[in-house]
Amino acid sequence: MGKIVAVTGNEAVAEAFRQVNPDVCAAYPITPSTDLMQRFSSFANNGKVKTEMILVESEHSAMSACIGASAGGGRVVTATSSQGMALMWEELFIASGTRLPIVMALVNRALSAPLNIHGDHSDGMGARDCGWIQLWSENAQEAYDNAIQSFRIAEHLDIRLPAMTCLDGFIISHSIERIEYLDDALVKNFVGEYKQTNPLLDVDNPVSYGPLILTDYYMEYRRAHAEVMSKVKGVVLDVAKDFEKMSGRKYGLFETYRLEDAEIGIVVLNSAAGTTKDAVDMFRDKGIKAGLLKPRLFRPFPYEEVGEALKHLKAVCVLDRADAFGASYGPLFMEIASSLYQYGQRPLMMNKIYGLGGRDYMPEQAEYVLSDLVETAKSGKIKTIREYIGVRE
Amino acid sequence: MKLKGWKELKPGAVVTEPGSALKFKTGSWRAYKPKWVQENCINCLFCWIYCPDMSIPVKDGKRGEFDYDYCKGCGICALECPGKKGNKAIVMEEEGK
Repeated sequence: MGKIVAVTGNEAVAEAFRQVNPDVCAAYPITPSTDLMQRFSSFANNGKVKTEMILVESEHSAMSACIGASAGGGRVVTATSSQGMALMWEELFIASGTRLPIVMALVNRALSAPLNIHGDHSDGMGARDCGWIQLWSENAQEAYDNAIQSFRIAEHLDIRLPAMTCLDGFIISHSIERIEYLDDALVKNFVGEYKQTNPLLDVDNPVSYGPLILTDYYMEYRRAHAEVMSKVKGVVLDVAKDFEKMSGRKYGLFETYRLEDAEIGIVVLNSAAGTTKDAVDMFRDKGIKAGLLKPRLFRPFPYEEVGEALKHLKAVCVLDRADAFGASYGPLFMEIASSLYQYGQRPLMMNKIYGLGGRDYMPEQAEYVLSDLVETAKSGKIKTIREYIGVRE
Repeated sequence: MKLKGWKELKPGAVVTEPGSALKFKTGSWRAYKPKWVQENCINCLFCWIYCPDMSIPVKDGKRGEFDYDYCKGCGICALECPGKKGNKAIVMEEEGK
C-alpha cells in the first residue's frame, strides 16, 4: 500500500492535490508556496489532472476566482503565503461567510516590513478569525495527510466551510523528508465525489450568491456560522478515524507527547514541535517529567479538550512564532490561557516568542524553556511571564 | 413580517427563490419623488429606457403611472425627459411635502 518517497513539503501537498484531482485551481505565485503551485500546474499541463488552472493577476483575484468557481459547483484548491494571504484578506471572509469549501495550503511566512520570506506564523495567525478551518502540520507527512483530510472536513454537509492546511515555509516546504504517499485510488475513494449544494451554474434551479444582509439579519448569519464552527471538531475526529483505517496514521485535535504524567509542558505549533520533542526526551532521561502539546486544529480551537489535557501540569510555556503587537501575549498563548482559565487549579503559564522571520529554533532554546519550567514548577513563581528567545539584546 | 431566527437561515445567505427581490420594496429609500405631468408627456419612453430599475410600467407602447414600490427617486427620468415645448413631463418633488 502506498509508497515511500523523499520529497519536500510543497511537493507532498502538490501530490495530495494531484490525487484529489480538483475541478478548478486559481493561484498566484508567492514564496515559499510558489513551488507547490508550480508543481501542481505542471500536473495540469501534463494532463495528470483535469483541473482548470486559472491565470490571475494577484492573490485578490486568485481567491475571487476560487469563490466564483466554488459557488459555480466545482471542487477548488489554491495555495499562498504571507503577503499573498494578506491580499486575499477580504475574500477569505467572503469564502467562509458564503460557506464555500475551498481548500488552501498556507505555507507560513513572515509578513513585511521588513521584507522577509522565511517561516513564521504571522500570516495564519492574522487570518485566524476569518471563519476558515485551520489545520497545522509539523512536517511534510502531516501536511500531506492534513491536505487530504481537509477536503472531507470542508466538504462535509454539516460544515461546508473553507479549510487551510498550514505548514512552515522553507523549514518544511523546502526540506526533503521521508514520507509515505497513499495510492491514488485510495485517496480518490477517501475524498469521494463532491457535489455543491446550490451550484450557481445549475440554470434549472437559479440561485443568487452574495446578497446584502443588513442590521435585520447579519447577526443571525454570524450566529449560524459560529454554530457550524462548533460542529467542526466532531467531523475532524470522524475523518481522522477513517484516515487512520486507510493509512495507519493517527490524528486528533492535537498531539500530546509524553504529557499524561508530565509536570511541566511546552505548547508549540508546527515544525518546532519536532525539536521540542527531542528536548523533552533529554529531560525525561534526566528524570524530569516533561511533555508537549502540539495543536493541530487551531480554528475552531478545541478549548475544552486542550484545557483538560493541560490542567494537571504545574507549569506550561507556550511558544509563539508570531507576535501580537500591543497585545499582552502571543496568539497561541491567548488560546491556551483561555483553555485553562476556567480551572481554579491551573498551571503557572508563561509565553515565549521565538523564531520570527525564520530565525532558527535551536535545541538549546527548547532546553532553556524546559529549565525555566523546572525552576518555575519548583519555586511556584514565574520569573518572566513573557519574553523573546533567540534574539540579540 | 416575522423575522426568522438563525436556525432557519439558508447556509451562506444563498437565495434559492428566483425573483425574490420583488419582495424588497426599495422605494422606501426615496427622498425625492418623480411626478408625472401627463399633459406634457409625448410618450417618447426615454424615462422607461433610462430608469435603472423597472419603475415605469409600459403597456401597449404607452407609459403608465410610476411604480413607487421600487422607485428610489434618483431623478434620471426627470433629467432625461424632453417634455413638450420646454415643459417637463416629469418633475421631482421632495417626499413628505
